[in-house]
Amino acid sequence: MLNNFQEFYNIIPILLIGAGFLISLLIEMYFKKSDVILPWFTILIFLAAGFHALYAVNSVSVIFQNMLATGGIVNIFYIIFTFGAAIVALLSIDYIKKYGTYFGEYYILLQTSILGMMLMAGAKDLFMIFLGLELMSVSFYSLAGLNRKRLKANEASLKYFLLGAFATGFIVYGIALIYGTVHSTSIDMIASRFYELSSDKLFIAGILLFLIGFSFKIAAFPFHMWVPDVYEGSPTTIAGLFSTGGKAAAFSAIIVTLGVLFTGRIGNILMPYLAVISVLSMFYGSIVAISQDNIKRMLAYSSISHAGYLLIGLAAGNSFGVAGVIFYLASYTFMNLGAFGIVALIEGKDESNLTLKSFSGLASRYPLLAALFSIIMFSLAGIPPFAGFFGKYYVFIAAIKSNLTWLAILGVLSSVISVYFYLRIVVLMYFKDAETDLKIDVSKTGLAAVIISVLLVIIIGIAPGTIIDLIAFFFK
Amino acid sequence: MNIPIEYYLILSGFMFLVGVAGVLTRRNAIIVFMSIELMLNSANLSLVTFSSYMGNSTGQLFVFFVMTVAAAEAAVGLAIILAMFRNKLTLNIDDINILKW
Repeated sequence: MLNNFQEFYNIIPILLIGAGFLISLLIEMYFKKSDVILPWFTILIFLAAGFHALYAVNSVSVIFQNMLATGGIVNIFYIIFTFGAAIVALLSIDYIKKYGTYFGEYYILLQTSILGMMLMAGAKDLFMIFLGLELMSVSFYSLAGLNRKRLKANEASLKYFLLGAFATGFIVYGIALIYGTVHSTSIDMIASRFYELSSDKLFIAGILLFLIGFSFKIAAFPFHMWVPDVYEGSPTTIAGLFSTGGKAAAFSAIIVTLGVLFTGRIGNILMPYLAVISVLSMFYGSIVAISQDNIKRMLAYSSISHAGYLLIGLAAGNSFGVAGVIFYLASYTFMNLGAFGIVALIEGKDESNLTLKSFSGLASRYPLLAALFSIIMFSLAGIPPFAGFFGKYYVFIAAIKSNLTWLAILGVLSSVISVYFYLRIVVLMYFKDAETDLKIDVSKTGLAAVIISVLLVIIIGIAPGTIIDLIAFFFK
Repeated sequence: MNIPIEYYLILSGFMFLVGVAGVLTRRNAIIVFMSIELMLNSANLSLVTFSSYMGNSTGQLFVFFVMTVAAAEAAVGLAIILAMFRNKLTLNIDDINILKW
């Protein structure tokens, strides 16, 4: 048993962000220069929480009457969320001025959504999963439609809200059925009784409804309709957060709730469901992305196909696969934030410069941006020296270890298709003449955020072994 | 006289299906939202049923959380619907279609 002091020490990342957003409310209210202070304060809070999570990664414990877990995998998720959010906040400083009016709520909602993600990743009880999910989703609905005068933003947030709340309905009904059969909402109880209940139809229906609800949140194929519209209509930086933090949080909830399936102690009875939606998302995302002209919609379809690759790791159902999924999420977070960051830098007033045409001939005028964007595109396509390659590699190897070679082969085929639309942008930037008269003032903070994410992509690509060993060590 | 648990579960399942059908077929954003609330309430009904038949209070506690969160979600959702209506003067989700591929 831990004493109270130790319990509070272990959840300092959560406390920091919880206190941070309350202080941000006060800053927003009382300081005239809050538009200068608030972004840097937000970044400071995220970095402090992230570095504490990194420092305390070994203090594995379960605290608060079996409600929250800390340390290990949970802290690795905290690091992904907080560093990702810090990059988003750094990108936003100049972007939201360009996008429309400045709203202090932007940074406050950013902090509450990250708090929700952290509660989901650390959950040891379905209560925490539900509360974290709703805290994240409600913040996301308002962030998507933050500029309420803009019709596209309204439409994006309305679509996100209706489909997100629909998914919540499935998750709550699933939780009700799981509670009715397990007689408890504790995740440890669910894990210990999973095997004996796996022939109970009501229990399996509950688990399936729960998974269907989360399939909406991770943007997997039959439940993806909202993704392109929401990404196109919401602010670009926020679309980056939806596709990285939101997806990572939903995967963390699936991993903590159904973790017992993925440790190899009992068979992975959900393999058929996961494998089918994984194959459908991969191919649908890669094929439809080819026909897109708007870069944000293209990234949205690429996000659907990445959800498919990530699901391969869960379908494999061994601890190596889950470690691969977490590694993939870490690398995907930084490369996708880099991609959305460049799009946010190039985007002009009133959502101009978002078509693929704006990227042609970029290398001759903005060589640094073109070089950074090419690295990110190579990484997203899964070309070796970068992080994206190792993410796919670990996930496919896990599938082969579980005798799902066909799934790994389909995954490789789909990533071959996706190379086409990623590399098309590189070709446009380097080998075509400019088609539009593109003039942008590159914001310094935004450029710094993109450079940081590219550096992280390269670092993860150089030392994938140490990171995957660390994750696999904690996932036992 | 004791009502068997199946009756409650069938009612709650039926309510859930009505909610899903409402979301998929109705075209007015407010009615879609009401159908979503119906889905949440059907889950509440089964939580209370299980809780009462097992003599375990966790389920009833969960219902309070679901109701509170649903209220918060309704506040944000209605605000979004209102912002949409101000700009477009319609709530028919077939007309809300500037974002299409």
